[in-house]
Amino acid sequence: MIEEFTITVFSENSIGILNRITINFTKRKLNIDSLTVSESAIKGVYKFTIVVKCALATVENLVKQLDKQIDILRTFFLREHEVLHQEMAMYKIETSTFLESNQVEAIIRKHNARILEVTKEYTAIEKTGHKHETQELFEELKPFGVLQFVRSGRVAITRLKKELLSEYLDKLEKREMSEEI
Amino acid sequence: METITLDNITTKNKTSKRVSGSDALILSLIAENVKTIFGYPGGAIMPVYDKLMDYEDQLHHILTRHEQGAIHAAQGFARVSGEVGVCLATSGPGATNLITGIADAFMDSTPIVCFTGQVYSHLLGTDAFQETDVLGVSMPVTKWNFQVTCAEEIAPAVAKAFYIARSGRPGPVLIDITKDAMFAEVDFCYEKCTKIRSYIPIPETKDIRIQQAVELIDNAKRPLALVGQGVVLSGAEKELKEFIEKTGIPVASTLLGLSALPNDHKLYTGMLGMHGNAAPNIKTNEADLIIALGMRFDDRVTGKVNAYAPNAKKIHFEIDKAEVHKIIKVDVTVLGDVKDTLARVTKMVSPNAHVVWRNSFKFIDDQETSRVIQKELNPETGQITMGEVLRHLNEVTKGEAVIVTDVGQHQMVASRYYKFKNKRSFITSGGLGTMGYGLPAAMGAQIAAPHRKVVSISGDGGFQMTMQELGTIAFNKIPVKMIVLNNDYLGMVRQWQELFFDKRYSATSITSPDFVMLAASYGIDGQKVTDRKDLHAAVQRMMDSNEPFILEVAVEAKGNVFPMIPAGSAVNEIVFGDE
Repeated sequence: MIEEFTITVFSENSIGILNRITINFTKRKLNIDSLTVSESAIKGVYKFTIVVKCALATVENLVKQLDKQIDILRTFFLREHEVLHQEMAMYKIETSTFLESNQVEAIIRKHNARILEVTKEYTAIEKTGHKHETQELFEELKPFGVLQFVRSGRVAITRLKKELLSEYLDKLEKREMSEEI
Repeated sequence: METITLDNITTKNKTSKRVSGSDALILSLIAENVKTIFGYPGGAIMPVYDKLMDYEDQLHHILTRHEQGAIHAAQGFARVSGEVGVCLATSGPGATNLITGIADAFMDSTPIVCFTGQVYSHLLGTDAFQETDVLGVSMPVTKWNFQVTCAEEIAPAVAKAFYIARSGRPGPVLIDITKDAMFAEVDFCYEKCTKIRSYIPIPETKDIRIQQAVELIDNAKRPLALVGQGVVLSGAEKELKEFIEKTGIPVASTLLGLSALPNDHKLYTGMLGMHGNAAPNIKTNEADLIIALGMRFDDRVTGKVNAYAPNAKKIHFEIDKAEVHKIIKVDVTVLGDVKDTLARVTKMVSPNAHVVWRNSFKFIDDQETSRVIQKELNPETGQITMGEVLRHLNEVTKGEAVIVTDVGQHQMVASRYYKFKNKRSFITSGGLGTMGYGLPAAMGAQIAAPHRKVVSISGDGGFQMTMQELGTIAFNKIPVKMIVLNNDYLGMVRQWQELFFDKRYSATSITSPDFVMLAASYGIDGQKVTDRKDLHAAVQRMMDSNEPFILEVAVEAKGNVFPMIPAGSAVNEIVFGDE
């Protein structure tokens, strides 16, 4: 059965690490639905959030093979109900449209979006949410002419109390590893 | 931490601590106790080659005739010695020619460190002459790779490379060095790498897993132990022997596990897999416990996965977490180094003998002997068989040789019929199945083990893929013995065409040069045998020689390797070929 999984990879900041990660998707003919990379709460450690649709057995295997890459500190995968996730979208419409139609303002309010910048030419709007929510706003703005629309990859946090990576790193340093398969 | 500076290394021309990047590379290799490297020069690696001349008495470079020869030689060297094999190549084509061997080493967990030259760092990404993205190209097939662009990075990169290549589950590492880094000067200081934060070479073993394994072993009525290369890589041959002798558990080996246990051991039941022995394959599906020791349930071993060992609980002794549950779901995973974990299990298990279970193998063994082995080893009429050559080789070498094979029918015949006595005596390309592997790997193995007899066994197809290395063998007087089993076919593919493709022999008939004459042109002695009555004496003559020697044997054109588990069949559906 194909499911959606959120894979989290913590890695050292080394050149080519993204390539090493994506190779493991390519060799299984898996497409990456969404990818976000940024420095994590720990300086020098980078966090990749990858969304993929595949079978459970595939993701289990994939994550273990990612985890064994030398520069990868830790890899997890989480199911839909185990993560809180968001994506951010930005929209640009003509300011004249915005001013001429009172509907646009109503749409922005309804979607809890916010206005980032207003110039004579355009108005930039931002909305954070799940993909279907940012998509909905896009669909509603479309009749008024959207000049630009962009959506980020997913960012996600687990529903656990805190991120366990820092403790894990301490253990790694002391080599007090104990884990189940 | 062990620190090595120039003061503890003697160098011919250097007194100052300030050295070039090339010197730093060579001194780092010496610090890692490397004595032999295989390679091929070219533009981007020239500064290193230039400096090699200053260290000739400490670091022996073997010039191969192709970079593929260099990497396979390094693999053979590593496999027979257990040390890291090292090779050197230039940028672009030099580097890409290494890729097949790197992929092979990656599949077969062989510790290799490759150094490739790269264009000047200011030219990176400009499509400069002989520039290739070697990091990108080698990434899917290396355990780790790294590009060095300044001389300061050389010593730490080498230290890390050797640590990664040899620790945990070994594998190939590639270091790409730009030409300017070779020329630049640096203060040399070498610190061995002993730890990398993000890398756990040996996962921790949980006591509970040892206890669970012991419990399953003690309660098993029909246990079977499967030996993989992990046992060889961890040097656990003695621990294996102690374990099985205490428990009386019969043992089967994967292709790469061969020679971990002497073939004549009373608990040894043969080889697993597609062309393995019938009894261990069939008994896999009768066993109530499978004890997998450093093996990865390759598809050539398991046959049809959902019909594999259906009656057995399974224990997996494994160092690489990514191998656990990958193909076969197991009941108990004993993570760790099998040398350590197996010894711990042996201490705790109850002595046993499993006499009835062991005796039940005999009926199938007898079947295989009468229906396959006799005909293969002792034919009275017809052309010479491959098995017959192996029989004579056994008689002459008494199982003491290091056997290095290429890939194909001869490989399966050699693995089936050579009677190994000593550990680290079988070197073959298993996972990748690289034709052309045999000859250069044998060359490397002979250099690593100068006091052992090394015999390369190839087919006429594979030999022609890397036979340029006859030049290396001749020039360096490497006394490797080369057997070419010539059936004028790409035999294994032909066998499959006969069995599964309606005997449509597409592109498998192959002509060859006269291999003995070819070798003679390099000044290598040899003999061609076409008649059965000359075979024994020819094998004897070859093994008596202290020099390189080629023995070409004309074997039956359409011989097939049996028994066989047809692809997609279960292991107990093995066929003898006379059905």
